[in-house]
Amino acid sequence: MRYAYYPGCSLEATGRPYEKSVSAVADALGMELLELEDWNCCGATAYMSVNEILSFCLSARNLCQALKTGDTLVTPCSACYTNLRKTESYMSEFPEMKKKVDEALAEAGLRYDGGVVTKHFLQAVMEDAGVDRIVSRIKRPLTGLRVAPYYGCQIARPYGIEDDSDNPTMLDRLLTLIGATPTYYPMKTVCCGGSLMGTREDVALRLCRNLLMCAEQYDAQCIAVTCPLCQLNLDAYQNAINKAYGTRFNLPVVYFTQLMGIAFGMDWKGVGLRECIVPAKAMAEQFA
Amino acid sequence: MNGAQQTVIYEQAMDLRFLDEIYRIPGGEKIKDCIQCGTCSGSCPVSWAMEETPRQVFAMIRAGMRDKVLDSLTIWTCASCYQCAHRCPQEIKITDIMYMLKRMAIRENRQRSKKANALSRIFVELVNKNGRNHETTLMVRFMLAANPFGAVSAAPIGLSLYTHGRLPLFGRKVRDVQGLRKIVAKAQELGGE
Ligand code: SF4
Ligand code: SF4
Repeated sequence: MRYAYYPGCSLEATGRPYEKSVSAVADALGMELLELEDWNCCGATAYMSVNEILSFCLSARNLCQALKTGDTLVTPCSACYTNLRKTESYMSEFPEMKKKVDEALAEAGLRYDGGVVTKHFLQAVMEDAGVDRIVSRIKRPLTGLRVAPYYGCQIARPYGIEDDSDNPTMLDRLLTLIGATPTYYPMKTVCCGGSLMGTREDVALRLCRNLLMCAEQYDAQCIAVTCPLCQLNLDAYQNAINKAYGTRFNLPVVYFTQLMGIAFGMDWKGVGLRECIVPAKAMAEQFA
Repeated sequence: MNGAQQTVIYEQAMDLRFLDEIYRIPGGEKIKDCIQCGTCSGSCPVSWAMEETPRQVFAMIRAGMRDKVLDSLTIWTCASCYQCAHRCPQEIKITDIMYMLKRMAIRENRQRSKKANALSRIFVELVNKNGRNHETTLMVRFMLAANPFGAVSAAPIGLSLYTHGRLPLFGRKVRDVQGLRKIVAKAQELGGE
């Protein structure tokens, strides 16, 4: 299993613990991640608000880079994933647009005519590494741990993973495999507000309050996420939410890869759990 | 005000070319299939914080209410979550139309959401310069530009991220920045809708 690996900008900063745990888990599963040569930012949502063609060009350049490494591109960031998949789909669906992208890419001697399959890391783990391999790596099953499976909006939408868009189950299934108990979580695909945390904080805080409240009402002991922005909003802003709403949430918000790491017998610090703002140590050490 | 007067004011405010502008984005012409069912508004997680709901925005676009739409806080409340687009029975690319409206508002220098304008501008500057977004720089520059006083309240969050090793001081750049800049320049010249 060889992949062109696209970490994206967040994984170099606020999403560092994600990067750590993705590498550790990939190693354990024998998935070879070759970092995309000289990759650029995917443009997130900000770019799309300024220039659509340019936004597609950014992802198309990354797709070109991926072809140098192989034909399967994997990314752990849900926003990058959506942008890559959307670019792929627009370039084949709208020839007029592709012509413009081609023209711009040609300036740097590049061209993209398809050929890359983009997967979210969750998908690569479940579809390629597969059930048997995952189960064979488990040293400490997370028995009794109640986890709210939070998919976020991007991977469950038009450019998302092949799963039920309204009630995806891929993450639930993974959590079950590693011995945890996925709770019922009716808000599993509701948006966390994304970058509204910067521009309309009141709105994003309320969305996140609702997500935390829902997890708590179903007795989750932590929330598992698949996206660096969801993690940032729910974790780093949890204190601000408590202040704004007079709540007392104290819910660790962890990447699914961090939970896999613990189940695989890795040290909690090695999978970046010390970097959580809401402390995750106690939860992790139950399984040490 | 009686009904007749309202009609006069309403017609003067109409810009019948507005719809044509929306048609320019890939798949944009589908907006004419909108049946005003309200599924988008009902699915949208933030419609409660909008001035007009997505369904209303589409009715306004078709009525040519250009200024009102482009100056509405609604477009800056959209989080680009694709829930509406996923559920729309007419397969209208609602999220992409919201993006288009944002682009038009930014291009025309409408200042309804200074924060959103600042975030996009700083982000795009950073990426055009380095090819990557250095989150630490983005956060600091954005806080200072958008709300120098609010920066004080956001500072503890930045600080705790920093002490948890999640806001490195230095970022990495794309090596072939020259090539990337050429792509950017060309795309800008082609005028992406
Ligand atoms: S869901 Fe689609 S058809 Fe229904 S009101 Fe919204 S845009 Fe129109
Ligand atoms: S994409 Fe925007 S308008 Fe559509 S549901 Fe999400 S926030 Fe609402």
